[in-house]
Amino acid sequence: MARALRSARVRAALLTLPLVAFIGATFVAPLGAMLIRGVHQPLVADSMPRTLARLEGWDGRSVPDEATFRTLASELRSLRERRVLGAVAARVNRVESGMRGALVRTARKLRRASPASWREATIAADPAWGEARAWRAIRRAGERYTARHYLNALDLRRDAAGAVSAQPPERRIYLSLLGRTLAVAAAITAICLVLGYPLAHLIANARPATSNLLLLLVLVPFWTSLLVRTTSWIVLLQNQGVVNDLLVAVGLIDEEERVALIYNMTGTLIAMTHVLLPFMILPLYAVMRTIPPQYLRAAASLGATWRQAFVRVYWPQTLPGAAAGALLVFILAIGYYITPALVGGRTGQLISNMIAYHMQESLNWGLAAALGGVLLVCVAALYLVYDRLVGIERMRLA
Amino acid sequence: MTSPRTGRATPPRIAGYAAVAALLAAFSGSPSAHAESVTVVSYGGSYARACQKAYHEPFTAETGIEVRLADFNGDLAQIRAQVETGNVHWDVVDLNFPELVRACDEGLLEPIALDDLPPGPDGTPARDDYLEGVPLEGCSGGGMLYSTVYAYNRESFPGEKPTTIADFFDLEKFPGRRGMRRRPAANLEFALMADGVPADRVYAVLDTPEGMDRAFRKLDTIKDRIVWWEAGAQPPQMLADREVTMSTAWNGRIFNARVLENQPFTIVWDGQVLDGSSLAIVAGTPNLEAARRFLLFAARVESMAAVSRYIAYGPVRRSGASLVSTHAETGIDMRPHMPTSPRNMANAVFNDWEWWSDNGDEINERFNAWLAR
Amino acid sequence: MARSAERRPFGDHLGRGLYLAFCVAVLVFLIAPMLVIVPLSFNAEPYFTFTEGMLRLDADAWSLRWYRGIVADDDWPRALGNSLVIGVAATAIATALGVLAALGLANPAMPGRVPVTALLLSPMVTPLVISAAGMFFFYSDLGLAQTHLGLILAHAALGAPFVVITVTATLAGFDGNLARAAASLGAAPPTVFRRVQLPLIAPGVISGALFAFATSLDEVVTVLFLGGLEQRTIPRKMWSGIREEISPEILAVATILVAFALLLLGTVEWLRRRGGERAAARFRPG
Repeated sequence: MARALRSARVRAALLTLPLVAFIGATFVAPLGAMLIRGVHQPLVADSMPRTLARLEGWDGRSVPDEATFRTLASELRSLRERRVLGAVAARVNRVESGMRGALVRTARKLRRASPASWREATIAADPAWGEARAWRAIRRAGERYTARHYLNALDLRRDAAGAVSAQPPERRIYLSLLGRTLAVAAAITAICLVLGYPLAHLIANARPATSNLLLLLVLVPFWTSLLVRTTSWIVLLQNQGVVNDLLVAVGLIDEEERVALIYNMTGTLIAMTHVLLPFMILPLYAVMRTIPPQYLRAAASLGATWRQAFVRVYWPQTLPGAAAGALLVFILAIGYYITPALVGGRTGQLISNMIAYHMQESLNWGLAAALGGVLLVCVAALYLVYDRLVGIERMRLA
Repeated sequence: MTSPRTGRATPPRIAGYAAVAALLAAFSGSPSAHAESVTVVSYGGSYARACQKAYHEPFTAETGIEVRLADFNGDLAQIRAQVETGNVHWDVVDLNFPELVRACDEGLLEPIALDDLPPGPDGTPARDDYLEGVPLEGCSGGGMLYSTVYAYNRESFPGEKPTTIADFFDLEKFPGRRGMRRRPAANLEFALMADGVPADRVYAVLDTPEGMDRAFRKLDTIKDRIVWWEAGAQPPQMLADREVTMSTAWNGRIFNARVLENQPFTIVWDGQVLDGSSLAIVAGTPNLEAARRFLLFAARVESMAAVSRYIAYGPVRRSGASLVSTHAETGIDMRPHMPTSPRNMANAVFNDWEWWSDNGDEINERFNAWLAR
Repeated sequence: MARSAERRPFGDHLGRGLYLAFCVAVLVFLIAPMLVIVPLSFNAEPYFTFTEGMLRLDADAWSLRWYRGIVADDDWPRALGNSLVIGVAATAIATALGVLAALGLANPAMPGRVPVTALLLSPMVTPLVISAAGMFFFYSDLGLAQTHLGLILAHAALGAPFVVITVTATLAGFDGNLARAAASLGAAPPTVFRRVQLPLIAPGVISGALFAFATSLDEVVTVLFLGGLEQRTIPRKMWSGIREEISPEILAVATILVAFALLLLGTVEWLRRRGGERAAARFRPG
């Protein structure tokens, strides 16, 4: 008996093994590697080993000696030839703004030089080298493992003395962006609940034929491409769009005062609510369908008002559905990228857009990884809450 | 595969089919090795169409090498990412001068020996034929001169029309939203000129912290009314849709929208910011030979002059100036529409690409922080 | 059912009217985008709003020019080809592996079911930007960036959870005794799967596959990060269209995609009912 059970266990486990291995290799491993990228930055250390070795004994305040300058010049020249100068310079620039230009300029100007004093020639190429901060930046960027990106993602930094402190106010953007993302997700969840609850109730209590039809109407957007829906919101909401035309036509607003409904936070809220509403309606409907109408009638016959019956009898029973829908909507909302990117304009961007920005435009991959790590922690926490409250195994589609 | 009707497939067989399907799909769709091609990345829209007609198609006719076009917005980011991760899938890129200089310094581009570039029609060596100030850093060839100007939709202003760069910033006299490119270059120059700085003093003023603050303060005055564009095709569209009443734009895009689509746009040349762009080869492309042939073809004076028959951009070689003639499709004389036409140059500033390539990073950072606020 | 009787004690006619009006408004909100995009895709003018001619139902104001534009353009058919190749291959992998995993998860003897399920469903809840960023670096190192295979693997990972969910749901209504009975009669496990389980779960498998296919067909973030020029899919092309040069051709493509969505939805609904009826028939007492 025990053996039979064991072989059943093994067989079941073996059946899941291919997908576990597949997800592990194609999905989990990349995520893990990315999170490590947030702390592991070997490029500068690998590219300028001799300069960094010379800087190890340096006091951090004075201008380094001639030998260090000569080493720097020779390593810069070789970086330029090996075509990694740009990548190295970009990383040093993140520690000290302005260093990309300094490194690239210096390498260009010293490429064929063989001066008597490397120190003078280098400082002549770019005066930054006459100050200790440029060299400190090289040393910091040369750290193989760094908490810099995660600190940066939390609006913290390490000052010259090495103590962790808050970023100066004008550079504090990520925490407030995370806060904004959570607030937007919460707002969308609330809007979805308010909009979805009555409709789910109607669908759950309508005649089967009507109910099926309504359910189909809810499912149409669910199956329609996200990009299609985003396109239509643009068509509907833009300055010269259908909604504004309509408002002008019926005389609610003047031609000159068309409302900015898109390319701002309003656009993000409207389009995301539309995308996520079915995820709220479906679990609500699934729960409401199982609530016998007799309960309400019983409450009514016992003299309850509509409000009492709802608050005391109906709402508590729909809580599981509301919780499932709300958590799902919230989880999906905090990671949204496409909709805000297309309709959010300047003010409607969320944390995912910042991650994409650092991935694709600023190429600050370490910071992108760290921001991703912070977001991932939020999602994982919510995922666990979902498992506690609803059960991951009970996640349903349509 | 998992046919429910026959129910014949067993799990291993399903997996087998799946693997075969995946492999077939992967190979059938992988880049075709048979037809030689070169991937050229440029700014899309009417400019890309002009280049296609002017020298992509003749190049294919001459060499049999197919040209694949892709769009980008002029940022180095994607090139940097490709070179650094070793995923180079762009062969030739069309870069504005400041980015060209930086990319060349950073090692993102393949070197091109100046002496390899084709001589002018009269035999002038290439190194003597390029206009003064064109950055020949050993990474590029080909190219054209263009200008960032602003244009307005005449239907938006039935009465008085904007005529100066200051009018662009004057929301009282000329109400409505403004389109501006989502990057600092040219915008800061416009802001200072609108604030009264003479064209020849713009970079001297920008080079000081106070001057930089002054430019941002000027932009602040219209910040709430700005719609940001990224692709060159957007400004004509935003003007046509009346999404904005005026917009900064590349002069050729506005010209083409006017002559090819009869759009009621007017260019204001006052305060124009002249710049150029040039072709370069992404370092490490597996397609180096075809890319080089393409670049050298594009660097011929005839190719450059041909561009100016489809869009109002000028050749960057001296011998090209005399070849500018009429618009290929409408027969319009192109010379008055060139940014360098004397009539348009009354108050113009040349983009200082050295200054921008030295300071671009810091300013971009500041600009993005300013945008996010 | 006495539908009205249950509510009449609480709500008067006004309340009920408001409730219905609210529901109708929400429904309009849900489907309005589809209602607008379809007619506008037949606009004869390059505008994104209803022209006067269209409102007057003037035949000249309506046209198929944008649809002709899609067909005449080389790029859209090529994008469609890429979307289909990637979608079909990713769906095949996701379905094959997903069905196996669901069979394992549905087995009561499955050890560590909750953590394994959580792992297998994680691609569905992880923000796509994070997944795509991770894949970008990892796949680049393996030489899989800018290949169809890379996108197929990525989309298979994103689609597999849907197969796991739908098939597990179908299996939940499935009597384990049937498999055990078949096994006790001497059927080998593959035979049991083929003859007993597969026919029963087929609707779930197909629904799951359609979900995975729809996911791949709509996915743009991994394509943005991982795909090169040769991997331009329909959503990728729409993405750049929306961001740069929004042309009415996009509305035509969107309309075709809406029709396709309706087709998928219809198929899934049909399968659901058919599966439900079949299960009901099988387990009807007597």
